[in-house]
Amino acid sequence: MWYLCVFYHRLLDYRKPEVESLAQLFGGIEDPQNGEVPFQLQWKLPLHYHTDSPFHFVNLPSEQLALNIATRSILVKGMYELWGEGSSYEELKESVLSYPDERKLPYLNSDSTFKITVDSFGKVISLEEQKELIQGLSYIPFKGRVKLRNPDHNFWLIEVDNYGGNNGLPPIVQKRIFFGREVGGADRKLIPTYQLKSRNYLGPTAMDAEMAFLMANQALATSGKLVYDPFVGTGSILVAAAHFGAMTMGADIDIRVVRDGRGPDCNVWSNFKQYGLPMPVGLLRADNNLPPWRPTLKEVFDAIICDPPYGVRAGGRKSGGRKLLKGAVEPYTVPDDKRTDHIPSTAPYSLVECVHDLLDLAAKMLVMGGRLVFFYPVLREDDFAETHFPEHPCFKLISSAEQILSSRYSRVLLTMVKMGPYTEEIAEVARIKHIEFKENHAKWLEDGNLHSAVFSPADAQLTEAGDLKLIKDPKPKYRGKYV
Amino acid sequence: MRLLTHNMLSSNIKGVVNGFPLRIEAEKVVEKTVEMNGDFLKKMFEKVDWKAFVDASRAMGYNELPEEADPSMLDSDEFLNNFHHALLELHLEEGALVCPETGRRFPVTKGIPNMLLHEDEV
Repeated sequence: MWYLCVFYHRLLDYRKPEVESLAQLFGGIEDPQNGEVPFQLQWKLPLHYHTDSPFHFVNLPSEQLALNIATRSILVKGMYELWGEGSSYEELKESVLSYPDERKLPYLNSDSTFKITVDSFGKVISLEEQKELIQGLSYIPFKGRVKLRNPDHNFWLIEVDNYGGNNGLPPIVQKRIFFGREVGGADRKLIPTYQLKSRNYLGPTAMDAEMAFLMANQALATSGKLVYDPFVGTGSILVAAAHFGAMTMGADIDIRVVRDGRGPDCNVWSNFKQYGLPMPVGLLRADNNLPPWRPTLKEVFDAIICDPPYGVRAGGRKSGGRKLLKGAVEPYTVPDDKRTDHIPSTAPYSLVECVHDLLDLAAKMLVMGGRLVFFYPVLREDDFAETHFPEHPCFKLISSAEQILSSRYSRVLLTMVKMGPYTEEIAEVARIKHIEFKENHAKWLEDGNLHSAVFSPADAQLTEAGDLKLIKDPKPKYRGKYV
Repeated sequence: MRLLTHNMLSSNIKGVVNGFPLRIEAEKVVEKTVEMNGDFLKKMFEKVDWKAFVDASRAMGYNELPEEADPSMLDSDEFLNNFHHALLELHLEEGALVCPETGRRFPVTKGIPNMLLHEDEV
């Protein structure tokens, strides 16, 4: 059945992947095996609508599934059973009247309570107008009692028009009015509850609550699953996964972040305690470049979610330190009497290496069908194409969602599914592929280049010919800070 | 550190061949109640190296696990409870994990093992 799916007007790229992930989670749909086409929902747009519009139709097999998706989602404002639509109120009336009675009457009976909400996109409708519009619905035989707080049934009248001004979207060609019964909507209260400013222990790159929940949804985090973050920091991503019931495990190279925090009740553990969430089943200080997992261990995590350090806000570090300054300094040998409290020096960890290690770890440690969800930086003047994303023979990329961070760079949330088992041969193929990737696509991924591309003064953008290179903007800009 | 984590870790010092299992030196063991999840336990049972797990639980002062275990035992509530308790509720709060080959101690402080290597061990 087709449902009207209305999104919050933000993070546009993230909306459909979230619904599709949740459809998989609640619909019991297995991730595809090698060679199969990844699961996709059927979507369509209202007539003449731009794909960036908040209004979409989605085909779902059951109302229960629609309810589950909407309730767990972050970006679905509402999922509605559409009773009618039209480009005028007359057309809407005809459409509603022709909608089968057996679908309508169960929700109109006299022992139920209901509420009608009038909504629009891009304009505020005054209370008087709302009242008029609601009275105009008298052709629907509502028998129930009106109840504004927690009614049994919520009906929505949603009007969308080109109100003359700029509502932040490509102009609406034709006025459209929808009337439907609400099946469910996102619980956005989660976001103020978990917002970072109320979090006890924060680091400079803590993931904001909304994005962390989106990542956990992409990773299909749920009860009974084990989720790992190799760059756990203050635990901001795992908090979201734990909220959805997953068991969590995290590692970080920086002991200040993982262990000490800022006091007894201001550390990673307390960030979970604060919300009454179960503690991570494991936290450890370890290096993603030299992971301390037992060699016979594989396919243990259901998902790996992380925001790798790519050197813009925080740079990566790995073990080795002075040992790696080949020739310049003698390899450092820790004197025996100093070994206990020795703090090893670390070396810079380039993004290329970091991503390679991450994919290798995920290929080995994820269960079949497990998901790897991570952010990847993209310089916006580059031609934005899928070939820029890292690849691995064990993984299939199922969604990439861009979030623009500045005029120069954005970050893309990649969701990959493990489709094939990890073998020595695969590891070798992956290593070769990785070298090609490094040479062909991503010189800027090398140490420091990304940082300077993002932060260098504008003059550095001058091309050799001396022309100011205009930064192409492949995506239209919409009003609103977070879109 | 719970025994689930212990069962996953090994010493990865350069040149070490058998870095697993790490020997537990327990200074302070605490018990924390964790809600039981049968599905999770069944999945983890397949991943756990049983011998290392039993030895580790004994090093933590817990002696209720059988020497050998097979999946049919998961049907017993008593076994499941004991497995759950040993896997997730016993915490090594302070102590160390010792590399079986080199004797290098990886300290565990405030429940977090420090597996980071020194410069000359990489």
